[in-house]
Amino acid sequence: MTEHAQPIGGSIFTRPFKILMGIFVVGALLLLWRYLSGLGATTGLNDGYPWGIWIAFDVVTGTALACGGYAVAILLYILNKGKYHPLIRPAILTSALGYSIAGAAIAVDVGRYWNIWKIPLFFWKWNLNSVLLEVALCVMAYVIVLWIELSPAFFEKWKDSSVPLLKKASGIGLPFMNKALIWIVALGLLLPTMHQSSLGSVMLVAMNKLSPLWHTPMLPLLFLISCIAMGYAVVIFESTLSSRFFHRKPETKMLGSLSVAMVVVLFLYIVLRFADLLWRSRIGLIFTDGWHSFFFWLEIVLFLAPALMLLSSKMRTNPGSLFLAAMMMILAGGLYRFDTYLVGFNPGIGWSYFPAVPELLITIGLVAFEIMVYIVIVKRFPIISGGAPATAGQGGMQ
Amino acid sequence: MTVDRRTALKGMVTAGAAVLVGGGEISARERGPSPDDAVGMLYDATLCIGCKTCVVACKEANDLPPDTETLTPQGLYDAPLSLNSTTKNIIQLYKGGDKLSYVKKQCMHCYDPACASACMIGALHKMKDGVVAYDLDRCIGCRYCQVACPFEVPKFQWDKAAPRIVKCEMCRHLLAKGGIPACCKVCPREAVIYGKRNDLLLEAKARLKKDPDKYNPKIYGEKDAGGTHVIYLAKAGFSFENLGFPDLGDEGIPELSETIQHGIYKGFIAPVVLYAILGGVVWRNRKRGAQDHDEEVKP
Repeated sequence: MTEHAQPIGGSIFTRPFKILMGIFVVGALLLLWRYLSGLGATTGLNDGYPWGIWIAFDVVTGTALACGGYAVAILLYILNKGKYHPLIRPAILTSALGYSIAGAAIAVDVGRYWNIWKIPLFFWKWNLNSVLLEVALCVMAYVIVLWIELSPAFFEKWKDSSVPLLKKASGIGLPFMNKALIWIVALGLLLPTMHQSSLGSVMLVAMNKLSPLWHTPMLPLLFLISCIAMGYAVVIFESTLSSRFFHRKPETKMLGSLSVAMVVVLFLYIVLRFADLLWRSRIGLIFTDGWHSFFFWLEIVLFLAPALMLLSSKMRTNPGSLFLAAMMMILAGGLYRFDTYLVGFNPGIGWSYFPAVPELLITIGLVAFEIMVYIVIVKRFPIISGGAPATAGQGGMQ
Repeated sequence: MTVDRRTALKGMVTAGAAVLVGGGEISARERGPSPDDAVGMLYDATLCIGCKTCVVACKEANDLPPDTETLTPQGLYDAPLSLNSTTKNIIQLYKGGDKLSYVKKQCMHCYDPACASACMIGALHKMKDGVVAYDLDRCIGCRYCQVACPFEVPKFQWDKAAPRIVKCEMCRHLLAKGGIPACCKVCPREAVIYGKRNDLLLEAKARLKKDPDKYNPKIYGEKDAGGTHVIYLAKAGFSFENLGFPDLGDEGIPELSETIQHGIYKGFIAPVVLYAILGGVVWRNRKRGAQDHDEEVKP
């Protein structure tokens, strides 16, 4: 029986792990500099482009990439496809990590981070017109929900713990989770539906600054659909990589049928994207808007290519092309978000933005940290199921 | 006192943790002109001689440091080029052919301000007298106001470890003491004047009627972006685009965003219903067992 999730085991401090630690330390030192000197010294941000990669990548793209848990939960709990069960725990883990890192990135980006606690607690001051308020509250709640959803993995491990406190927590936690699961899972489906669409709505207010190629009343719907496609792509990406690095049996068959869901979502997105431009009579801009038109087509090609590839059942059963399609899908969704937040955003003549080196290195440091925590958790806690290590005891990342 | 109808919570949602997510009935948006006694400013480009006395007075009244953006080799010059985190008010010059026009820039104090619509817990908010005010204690420094403002008015202190947003608040600290905005007080030509917004609009129309040849017939801010409390007259032969004002149409900037957001979240009904449906479907599926998998479904 290989269905049950098990810790992968092996040593933590492998060479790749140490390299990740090094990258993280560089980011952490630069982060210290950012807090001491302010945003001007450490970023390429300015009054015209007040949001850069920390928002466009770490938060907006990062949380969309962390939609694996959401996307698989739709299949598993709503469409009742129980066969995807082995995918849910790793997906929830990457989601929990992705959202936690996005939360951390917000604390890096905002100028007055010591006031963040006021957002959830000053409820009598909530501005219900603010799309960003809804996103902030939803993301905060969802981070908590994700870690609760993941908690059985910890409780299972602690069942036989020699530490009395952990054992007791496990004794209380597991039965509670079994009872409350339905409502927690439902919350885990509701919250991303709300804030992933709202991450599109955030840019609606930039009426005269965002190119009409991206500024549309459909922003919330397009963001929602594309985040689901990205969620499936990330599950394929993550599963392929971890089976390779941890020497597990690849889950190609399951991933192949998962990609059928992706094709449906991708075509829906592309049709909506063009229908929207036609409906708003802005279709001409796809040829006449200079660089914007170029990025629009790059986006469309990146969406269309995996959709067409995965139509072929031969491609779907080939781990290599499956991985390639997933990569393109991730880039497509990421580029769509970059275009909406940065490329298509034009505050007027005289403003320009390109991320500064410390800004980039802090982002890379955060991602390195995320991967480090992922490695520790899958090696020590029951996350990944099926396909025992090729050689027992050598599950370490080489 | 702030206009708290926009942030009023009239009821709380009871559905478990959904409370965390936000909730309460969203009060209807009130649009259109502010009350009759709302204040404003009128700038007349035909009167301005570009002396920049208002720029200096603004800095004094608001305790703003000198701007060293454009230094002489000796480093002795205070001459900002545009609004920035030490400059809430600026005089700029447009040169079209051999014709010149000065133009004053500061916060427009919109009827329906995009910055206040965007601001999470109301650090930027609209006062009853029409002033768009800033409350430092409620600012997270997220800069969504900068993304939202169509006039590029809110500025951020990029050089500070503990930054804030800087923008014209119509000298509300002086208004509270019965005074008037510093720029209006010092202008030697009365090119910018302070008063009730309704009176200023009548004055602007009277000037257009009296000297139609001298003016561009449009009053910028009368209706633009839903209307602003600072209104402008331009010289004949100069468009407002020349002077750096975007053509925004007559609808409030936050209109679309708030209509969509409130359409989805009206009364928080849709999320609660969706939550109940999702819970119901998960419950049913779990009870029935997975179609193609007999093991108990658990995360």
